[in-house]
Amino acid sequence: MAQSLTHGEMALPADWRDLFALTKPRVMSLVVFTALCGLLAAPGSVPPVLAFSSILAIALGAGASGALNQWYEAGLDAKMKRTAGRPLPAGRLDPQTALQFGVGLAAFSLFLMLFASNWQATLLLAVSILFYVFVYTMWLKPRTPQNIVIGGAAGAFPPLIGWVAATGSIAPLPVLLFLLIFLWTPPHFWALALFVRSDYAAAGIPMMPVVAGEKSTRRQILFYALIMAAAAIAPWPLGYTGALYGWTAVILSAIFVALSVQVGTRTTGEGDLMQPEKRLFAYSIAYLFILFGAVVADHWWPL
Amino acid sequence: MTEKPNPEPFDEAEYRRRQRSRANMMAWMLGALAILFFFITIAKMQIFS
Repeated sequence: MAQSLTHGEMALPADWRDLFALTKPRVMSLVVFTALCGLLAAPGSVPPVLAFSSILAIALGAGASGALNQWYEAGLDAKMKRTAGRPLPAGRLDPQTALQFGVGLAAFSLFLMLFASNWQATLLLAVSILFYVFVYTMWLKPRTPQNIVIGGAAGAFPPLIGWVAATGSIAPLPVLLFLLIFLWTPPHFWALALFVRSDYAAAGIPMMPVVAGEKSTRRQILFYALIMAAAAIAPWPLGYTGALYGWTAVILSAIFVALSVQVGTRTTGEGDLMQPEKRLFAYSIAYLFILFGAVVADHWWPL
Repeated sequence: MTEKPNPEPFDEAEYRRRQRSRANMMAWMLGALAILFFFITIAKMQIFS
């Protein structure tokens, strides 16, 4: 524990790089991008400094969630190859520092959001942090294979918060964007879970491939990909976006479904390299980035 | 929570380096925040005036 970094009464202060790594910077980039898209797609205009501060608050809130997640899961992370090098399981940071950093960052992100935008966005940000830490990390993840289905809601908040920060109210389009990320999360994470299955099994995390088996996971990836595609295209026929977004969603979702069919209908043997699963996982990240970019492009330059 | 197999040996120079690096980082962040809060206040004043 903390003693690992101490000498008598003296403890080595944590390196700031380790504190930064605690915020899961790669996850944060997707959070920042989708929040920014939600904010930019909202009607009206926000002074740039307030827009920047709101996005910064969302990024810090996401970082705080990541830090508290890593603090709680340090023991599990130590058992998985993919996460064993993180600052806590590697022993470069003591848990007390990580906890204080996470709580402090969460409190500051809420203060900044309240100062820069409105109480509605602050409330949503607080709900998303609490949901990720208490509902997903502490409650669902260690208990049920449906963990990321419900927990996916935590990652779906940013565009909604971005929109509310700009307008002070909720509208159908950001709710559809919320739904899109919510439905995108299961195929995205289960594609990853299929090729790091042994890691999750070793840590005792009940991810879908570990509990329900590979065949069932593959079927569910395909099922979620289909309803996600419908949710992605929905804003166009419902009149919330134009043809630019509509056609982008149709084409990208068709590719997503095609890759999911490949993953959903195959069986693997010993030593399989899991290329289709890795391809689907990589594509799903690009898919979300491009689709959210299209929402903004459609708002600013409608066809 | 985390058990570390090989405790890091205490190093006075490393202690000072980390302390300095964190103090510098904190100073830069506080400076940036002061500037940010100043501009947020100006923007809010313009909205409400």
